Formats: sequence, C-alpha cells, structure tokens
Amino acid sequence: MDIAVAGCLVGAGLAVGLAAIGPGIGQGNAAGKALEGIARQPEAEGKLRGTLLLSLAFMETLTIYGLVVALILLFVTLGGLPGLLKG
Amino acid sequence: MLALNALPTLPLAALEVGKHWDWDIAGFTVHGETVVTTWIAMSVVIILCFVGTRKLERVPSGLQGFLEYGMDFVSGIARDQIGAKDYKPYVPLIGTIFLFVFSANWLGQLPIRVIHIPGGELTTPSNDVNTTLGLALIAIVSFFYAGFKTAGLSFFKFFIMPNPAFLPLKIIEVFARIMSLTFRLFGNVLAEELVLGVFLLLVPFIVPIPFMVLFLFTSAIQALIFATLTASYIGEAIEEGHHAVDSHHHD
Repeated sequence: MDIAVAGCLVGAGLAVGLAAIGPGIGQGNAAGKALEGIARQPEAEGKLRGTLLLSLAFMETLTIYGLVVALILLFVTLGGLPGLLKG
Repeated sequence: MLALNALPTLPLAALEVGKHWDWDIAGFTVHGETVVTTWIAMSVVIILCFVGTRKLERVPSGLQGFLEYGMDFVSGIARDQIGAKDYKPYVPLIGTIFLFVFSANWLGQLPIRVIHIPGGELTTPSNDVNTTLGLALIAIVSFFYAGFKTAGLSFFKFFIMPNPAFLPLKIIEVFARIMSLTFRLFGNVLAEELVLGVFLLLVPFIVPIPFMVLFLFTSAIQALIFATLTASYIGEAIEEGHHAVDSHHHD
C-alpha cells in the first residue's frame, strides 16, 4: 500500500514536470520568433500579439493536460486507496 | 475524497478538488453548486442583452453600443473560421458559447466563494468537468450538424476522405477533439483556482491580486479559444462537405 501511495505522489510530480518541458521550449520558440517579427516590422505588432497569445494558450494547454493527470492521481486515485484517510 | 487542508483556520483558503454539493433529482445526482453558478452566469448574459436591446436606436449609445461591439466580435470569430459565405447561421451558437464561457470564467474571479454552501464551494461552473464536457459535446454535435447539412449523407465520406485506411484515425480524432476541448477549459480554470488557492494559503493579502488580474486575462483567452475551436470545427465540416458534394458531381 505504501508503494502505491509513493507511486501516486511521484507520478503526479513527474506528470506536471515532464509535461512542462515541451510546451516551455515551444513557447520560447514562438515568443522569440514573434519578437523577431516585431523587430523587423514594428507596425505589425498588434496582429502578431493577438496570434502569439492565442498560440501560447494552445501550448499551455499541453502542460494543463499533465496537470489534469496529476490531479487525477492525487485526488481520485490516492483518495480511493483504502486505509489512507484513516491515518 | 481527499482535501488538502494545510491551514483550516483561514476561511478562504481550503484547497479541495472533487467535493460537490450533491442534489438528488429524479434519481440523478446533480452538482448543486455548478447548477447555481451556471444559472448566475447565464442570467448575467440574458439580463444584459435583454436590457440593452429594449430601446434600439439607429445611433447606438451606452449599453447598446457595447452589445453591438460584442456582436461584431463574436461574428468576427465565426467569419474568420467558417468563411464569409456560410458563417451567418452559426453566429448565435459561437456567440453563445463565447459569452457563456466568458461570463462563467469571470464569475469565478468574483469572491462568491465566501458564501458557504453545504458541500464544495461556489466558484465558476467551468471548473466542473461536466460543464466543459457538455459544451464540448455541443461543439462536436454542431460539427456533425454542419457537415450533414452541407453534404447530406455523403458527409460520411469525410471519414474515408483520402483513403479508407484513415477510418480509425478519423474516428479517434472525433473523440480526441471532445477530450481536448473538455480538458483544455476544465484544466485551465481548475489550475487558476488551485494557484489562487495556494497563494491564499501562503499570503492571504495583496499578493494574489496581480495573479487575479492575470487570470481575468487568461480566462477570457480560454473563452476565445473555445469559441474559435468550435467555429473552426464547423468550418472544417462545411469545407469537407463541399468537397464531398463536388466529388459526387464529378463522378
């Protein structure tokens, strides 16, 4: 039973941590390219900003999926393990 | 279920997920706090639109001007994704989804959770997965409606479009869209609530305010994304439907 609890906790941590890597790189790339675009054409800033924010939100969603998995592990799986809430 | 109560003495700062105020209605278990806040979010939109359209004038002012700006905005979303030819019938759907998600998300930023209810807490309806799943199902049903309306039964060709080998992939894609729409909104809103909860646990004064302002912004973006994705699915269905009808005529 202890090993199941430990697995849930470690898994929840890893789910968010690993899911944050890819979107982090992607958001950095997108923001960098948008900056390049603004530096080249400052008058296009308004349009670039809107598109950038929308695509950043899409990338952020991938981390959120990891967060959902972590929350399921913490609140559903861990809460459902027998004998946990007594101690 | 488990509740992480680090400092149970603070009234605003309990971190809990999956606790609900269960109502039994005709054998179904209903999450009461979600029903209440859904009705609040809906009535905000309904009352605003009702009051704003009582005395229509040619030159809009005040609330009517604001509502016309909102109307322009949501029909702009639909026109960008669906195309200028077919977008008109879908503006009410896209607009309703946007306005509901928007008002629901901003409702969650108001401190209505200080009103104590028997179970769970009074927050935005979109941090209940049932609400977002319902919205995602509406989106996917309207995808099929748009497709079948454009192409009739030959819309089924969408599933075997380049090649019949794509059939399983296309079926999985439909379910993946439901899942991703559901968990995108649910996860983002729940993450905001949890971050705010953690900050309220650590420093219950002043410090959470900048984050609340940030979350006003991100929750508006989430509403925009949900409406944009619904519109783009409808646009895709209409386009594929036109393709299916055209290839039928050429045969």
